[in-house]
Amino acid sequence: MYRWLLCFRYLKTRYIALASIISVTLGVATLIVVNSVMSGFSTEMHERLHGLASDVMIECHATGGMPDPDAHLREIERICGPALVGSSVSVSVPAMLGIDFRGQQIGRHVNLIGLDPTTYDNVSDFGKYLLHPENKTSASFQLRESGYAPDRKQLAAAGWRHRRDRVTEERRIEKLVAQEREMMAELRRKAGGQSDESDEQAEAAAAAAAAAEGPSFGPSLSQELISGSSDQLVAAVDPMTEQFPGIILGISTCSVRHRDDSGEVADHFYAQPGDDVRMIFPNAAGETKVINQKFTVVDLYESGMSEYDSTFAFVRLDQLQEFRGMIDPQTGVRSVTTIQLKLAEGTDLNAIRDALRHRFPPELYAYNIQTWRDLQGPLLSAVRLETTILNILLFLIIAVAGFGILATFFMIVVEKTRDIGTLKALGASGRGVSSIFMSYGLLLGFVGSGAGLVGGLLFVHYINDIARLLEMFTGQEVFDPTVYYFTEIPTIVHPFTLVWVMCGAIAIAVLASVLPAMRAARMHPVQALRFE
Amino acid sequence: MPTPLVLTARGLTKSYHKDRIDVPVLRGVDVEVRQGLVTALVGRSGSGKSTLMHLLATLDRPDAGEIFFRGNRIDNAPRAVRDRYRNHEIGIIFQFYHLLPELSAIENVLAPAMIGQSVWGYFKSRSENRRRAEALLDRVGLLHRAKHRPGEMSGGEMQRVAIARALMTDPKMLLADEPTGNLDTETGQEILRLLADLKETDNLTILMITHDDEIAASADVCWRMQDGQIHRGAVADDAPALATQAA
Ligand SMILES: Nc1ncnc2c1ncn2[C@@H]1O[C@H](COP(=O)(O)OP(=O)(O)OP(=O)(O)O)[C@@H](O)[C@H]1O
Ligand SMILES: [Mg+2]
Repeated sequence: MYRWLLCFRYLKTRYIALASIISVTLGVATLIVVNSVMSGFSTEMHERLHGLASDVMIECHATGGMPDPDAHLREIERICGPALVGSSVSVSVPAMLGIDFRGQQIGRHVNLIGLDPTTYDNVSDFGKYLLHPENKTSASFQLRESGYAPDRKQLAAAGWRHRRDRVTEERRIEKLVAQEREMMAELRRKAGGQSDESDEQAEAAAAAAAAAEGPSFGPSLSQELISGSSDQLVAAVDPMTEQFPGIILGISTCSVRHRDDSGEVADHFYAQPGDDVRMIFPNAAGETKVINQKFTVVDLYESGMSEYDSTFAFVRLDQLQEFRGMIDPQTGVRSVTTIQLKLAEGTDLNAIRDALRHRFPPELYAYNIQTWRDLQGPLLSAVRLETTILNILLFLIIAVAGFGILATFFMIVVEKTRDIGTLKALGASGRGVSSIFMSYGLLLGFVGSGAGLVGGLLFVHYINDIARLLEMFTGQEVFDPTVYYFTEIPTIVHPFTLVWVMCGAIAIAVLASVLPAMRAARMHPVQALRFE
Repeated sequence: MPTPLVLTARGLTKSYHKDRIDVPVLRGVDVEVRQGLVTALVGRSGSGKSTLMHLLATLDRPDAGEIFFRGNRIDNAPRAVRDRYRNHEIGIIFQFYHLLPELSAIENVLAPAMIGQSVWGYFKSRSENRRRAEALLDRVGLLHRAKHRPGEMSGGEMQRVAIARALMTDPKMLLADEPTGNLDTETGQEILRLLADLKETDNLTILMITHDDEIAASADVCWRMQDGQIHRGAVADDAPALATQAA
């Protein structure tokens, strides 16, 4: 009884001990904040990575792909059994994206994926990352009138409206150029006896002027390399009312993110829905040729994973197969390069992967079979390692705080020597006296880690406001959206983490009080009473 | 008619060792404390009075000799028995009061009860304990200061609280080490009157160390400590003790 009374009194009258516990408080708060943010980050990342990649992915390395995907799928179904809940085939090919921007070609290397929008959404998140609200529910490769990303002013006109405006503008300039040319010809005729050379020069100058005025498509690659039907297509398509085959570009392939003068993050789009872009990719035949194909951007894809957003471009599977010649002319069977599988929740993905690898051994098939975790293995393990190391470091900090408690407690025991003698003279046992200091440590641990818990949780709760506040004071962006692609700092608080952080901190506080408590218990009563 | 023996000790020796030098303090001390008497122990400073009292209170162990409390040997009894002996059978009063500074007067008085009882037992008899502590504070005339900390009291008041504390567990015997040594004569007299009063009403046995010859003279029995031994001075009721010894 007296133990608790005294230990409460010591707590109330000895603020120095509270000072020693502040480091525990801070350690606990930091641990909670770090763990919440890290698990928020990694969960968000897991979700995105898993959403983007299907559970299991079978990639064929051959340019021609795997023939007869249906047979493959039947075989896969046999292996996976009822665990298989969805599958999708696609063609993935390295390609070069060419965007005409003010007369210049912007080239980006991308991963061109031909997919079937309906089945693709079964195996991984695709539609939900598109900008147009209607495409989010059912992705389409038809250009829409307008309504892309209502909250982005740069894309306010995107869609048919932008396309018509652009074409009108182009035509106006073309007309001006034609007039100019006519005028020049007139002038020349009037001057009379002009040479053919100067005529040609004038034409060349006019063409250059036109090119400088605005984007238009001219053959910018040497014709020998290119075996496309693109030019015939260009002639057949009226850009005012028609579109080329639709393409969905990863948002970072055609935009740059920067800060404007007021420090706001702004995107600049080289191409937006309604614009035409060029794709250059190899065909599937044994004798590789390059295909140069024009597409119309029908939407943009923004997953938040910069790796994906900056490398992916999506077109319709059947179109890509046609362009690349992946259809067997005799049988009409189409080949694909990738099969993606969705498996039932809780399936052992590694087991399925191993079974598939066993069925399609690398000696016979140029297939790469991976789970989504394999794909992102290094990233995920890096995050795990980071979390572990941070936890160890922070616990070391709390351990250091423990030594602070130890020192403080020794001081208190020395200061209380006479009182310890008195207590023993009144019949208190050594155990009783030591338990005063042990429970003192326990109480301090509780108070310190409790305060840390509350502080940490509050910090986590208001972390985005705190980040904003810091930004206001320092002018430095704490959480840079150009880097992370999250607008808010994601946090997840796991109750289990709270419990073990609390227990750890309290245990350290109690352990730190063991030695001083033992010293108090061992104290000789007479020496303690005589102590000055 | 001699009253029964409360505390007896035989052949107590105690010496301190420091750097291989032996400092003999007690050289064969025999003690007999009788029920209901005030025994005064006088002697020069450094003669070993406090050392003897610590032995009798089992706060320290003698090098040789035996101590009996009501016929039971206590100097080598298990720790728990000695703790209980200090808590229950005796009350100790110190020259420097030794109150716990974090506790109020009433809590200081309650401390022995808290120490001696389990948490559960204490809560069960809490109101009873509290009543007793208040009665004791009233007895020493300090009930109105019950909520005060020792730091807010004078030396005499602190000593009175210490006496109330020593009486809390209703002990058979009080051991007092110069209870008035730190107080002016008048306050000292007050304390002594209080002790004499207690002896009368509660039939307490008191062993008191003092430097004051006047006080020693007023005691029932007076011992003189010299050269590590006790010499019985003939004061007042000393005769029965001598008679018993002779027998
Ligand atoms: N821990 C110790 N180590 C060595 N010597 C000690 C120790 N404690 C006490 N002494 C010695 O024992 C002797 C007796 O001390 P004690 O305190 O019993 O004397 P006292 O009679 O109570 O004196 P006073 O009247 O001044 O209180 C003293 O000479 C003291 O120096
Ligand atoms: Mg002394």
